[in-house]
Amino acid sequence: MSSVKLSRRTVVAGAAAAAGALSATSQASAQGAANVLRVVMHSDLRIVDPIWTTAYIVRNHGYMIYDTLFAMDAQGQIKPQMVDTFTESADKLTYSFTLRDGLLWHDNKPVTAEDCVASIKRWSARDPLGQTVMGFVAEMTAKDARTFEIKLKEPTGLLIFALGKPSSNVPFMMPKRVADTDPNTQISEFIGSGPFVFQRDEWRPGDKAVYTKFAGYKPRPEPASSLAGGKVVKVDRVEWRVITDQQQAVNALLAGEVDIIEAPSHDLLPLIKADRSIKIFNWNPLGNQYTMRFNHTTAPFNSQKVRQAALYALNQEDFLKATIGDAEYYKVCKAMFVCGSPLETLAGMEDKLESNFAKSKQLLQEAGYKGEPVVLLHSTDLQVLTNLAPVAKELLQKGGFTVDMQSMDWQTVVARRVKRDPPTQGGWSAMLTSWVSADILNPVMAGFFNSSGDKAAFGWPTDPEIEALRARFARASTAAEQKQIAEAVQRRVAENPTHVHLGQWYLPGATRPNISGWLAAPAPVFWNIEKARA
Amino acid sequence: MISYILRRLLAIVPVLFTVAVMVFLMLRLTPGDPAAIIAGDNATTQQIIDIRTKLGLEQPILQQFFIWLGNIVRGDLGESFFFRKTVWELISDRLEPTFSLALLTMIIAVVVAIPLGVLAAYKQGTWIDRIVMGFSVIGFSVPVFVIGYLMIYVFAIKLGWFPVQGYQRFANGIGGFLQSLILPAFTLSVIYIALIARMTRTSVLEVLNEDYIRTARAKGQTEIKVLFQHALKNAAVPIATVVGIGVALLIGGVVVTESVYSIPGLGRLTVDAVLARDFPVIQAIILAFSLVYVLINLLVDLSYTIFDPRIRY
Repeated sequence: MSSVKLSRRTVVAGAAAAAGALSATSQASAQGAANVLRVVMHSDLRIVDPIWTTAYIVRNHGYMIYDTLFAMDAQGQIKPQMVDTFTESADKLTYSFTLRDGLLWHDNKPVTAEDCVASIKRWSARDPLGQTVMGFVAEMTAKDARTFEIKLKEPTGLLIFALGKPSSNVPFMMPKRVADTDPNTQISEFIGSGPFVFQRDEWRPGDKAVYTKFAGYKPRPEPASSLAGGKVVKVDRVEWRVITDQQQAVNALLAGEVDIIEAPSHDLLPLIKADRSIKIFNWNPLGNQYTMRFNHTTAPFNSQKVRQAALYALNQEDFLKATIGDAEYYKVCKAMFVCGSPLETLAGMEDKLESNFAKSKQLLQEAGYKGEPVVLLHSTDLQVLTNLAPVAKELLQKGGFTVDMQSMDWQTVVARRVKRDPPTQGGWSAMLTSWVSADILNPVMAGFFNSSGDKAAFGWPTDPEIEALRARFARASTAAEQKQIAEAVQRRVAENPTHVHLGQWYLPGATRPNISGWLAAPAPVFWNIEKARA
Repeated sequence: MISYILRRLLAIVPVLFTVAVMVFLMLRLTPGDPAAIIAGDNATTQQIIDIRTKLGLEQPILQQFFIWLGNIVRGDLGESFFFRKTVWELISDRLEPTFSLALLTMIIAVVVAIPLGVLAAYKQGTWIDRIVMGFSVIGFSVPVFVIGYLMIYVFAIKLGWFPVQGYQRFANGIGGFLQSLILPAFTLSVIYIALIARMTRTSVLEVLNEDYIRTARAKGQTEIKVLFQHALKNAAVPIATVVGIGVALLIGGVVVTESVYSIPGLGRLTVDAVLARDFPVIQAIILAFSLVYVLINLLVDLSYTIFDPRIRY
């Protein structure tokens, strides 16, 4: 019988060999993944119906597998995407759309006009802008396989914009059998005509979502520009990896285990910048906007003067400094419809948001404010929101308010904000959130401007004047007219605040050095991206 | 023995029923509305009500409970509110990572901790004992995520021996499978090594002064044989109890470890489900964990009869 004698040297050599073998396996696996783009998204993909929910991760999923009739380009213009040509009648009441030739669903069946009509119907049942536009629509008809017509009851300048709107809910096109699903029920088949195919069998919630290049996709001939133009896919496969811990996501990027992080948190950007090989890219130049929402149905914010007082007490810089910190990633911007957009204006806001506490106190006195506590909902678990409520509390108190800040996780805030009970019975007075700027580019699409009371989003403001202006905006058919009305809306909202906008902020993405071609767009998109061998 | 096992198995039913009632009620009392979460920022009150109705959350709580209980009895765990997947699909997909992590952790813990505990007892009062006990205190005191990040920094980032995060399934190759699990398993095992080593030391110390140990030594048996054949076997009952508790506690431990290392296991599923208020998933996981807990306790009780033949059921 032979025996094996283990010396210390043998053990050390064995361990080193094993580690080397494991390391080699890791490198081989990384090399094998040369044409696979591994991306850490801002959140896990749980819901896969971009019409059913407005969650941004689902919108991003939508851009992977679906296509749109129109799309916004890098200049903010709406351009035909699936549509080849369209005509508008002289009376602006009839639009005829012809689809591009050769559009296919992922099951290789042709995209038809009927599919598009059904998709528009389902989208417009959920999306506020879609609902507004459908109020103008008399009839939508498929004329032949590639042509459909939309007849309006009265002209609106919003139809084409709505069909190319860049953010949630995006009017993604689906096969008719899918689009016929009740808008309040999730779809169960995930077939689009977009540049990527969703690999449902490989989708592991909490782990990864996988998309492969759609061989049958026919890109437009123009170069890609934001969400418009030729969506040319240059990788075979995109994997959205779920790494919930931001620090670990950055570690994985630095170690070459992932290629892109969509949105690393601001506090980790210095760590990423320290590695000069890593590239930082602001893929969303419009950024995001912080917002404080009032509950208009209960004291103290059921008083217009009290809401005005808040608008005077607050200022944007304090919020942005406390949450974002680095001035490179934020912008003080009093324009409600976003700085850098066609509707940017300062109208009505000149003296507001300057922390004029004396004015705030004066308005509170005029309103007969008796110190009723502002129940301020404080979200504690989302890094980009956590510091907002404490700043709001401090500024409001300095402005003469009594504030009862209540801390909770974001999902509890989400559940609580839809409660209309008085603050003493589980209701609320104010809460803070953030919008993707692409969702608030005009007063019709931006949900917080809706002032139709019970039919409005949580907060439920009622203001017939704002509603009349929004209706006028929907009817406006020229850019100049739209701009004029947007200014009027902003003036009115500054006078009778539905919410307070608290500044713009940006969250760039980070990529490995061998990644190129990431397009700037309101949503992260993965066509045009190339991955060179490392 | 068989009648004892049957009695214990039958006792699982009221335990699980109680857990079911508790978890169902607690979830309904916890603030959070899955419909509001699903609907998003732009949703109107009516849209949220529509979604709530679709999910069955508008029905009276008692009715919701009995529908759910009836489905459970028929083996139907329901469908997640968020994913277009059944709860069973979600859980079964997460079993392998969690089971693998738990198994490897316990193997490492037992293989390392028991010899350490025996050695510490044998060398009581010496520097070896102090080192083992010192490690034990550190193992208890340092949070899992701190150990995890330290291990990642040293072995993944600096040395590059292991991946920073992620999990490779067994079917995709045992090399990658082990590579993805070694760091998490070592991280998670630290606290169990501390726990088991400490208990082993105490138990072995108690029996080392017994007459039969003296007799064994007097008969000229080697110290290894005395320690592992006589002392350890007689000290095994409390050690088995601690190992059993350790396995049950692993359920909590995997949550943090899976989050740190991005392992798509049951722990992460639980956290995600709680954050999203995905009631059917939370309910099913807690029931499953309770079942595992009860079964492990039964196995531990049965193991006593192997270690100590005087114990009979």
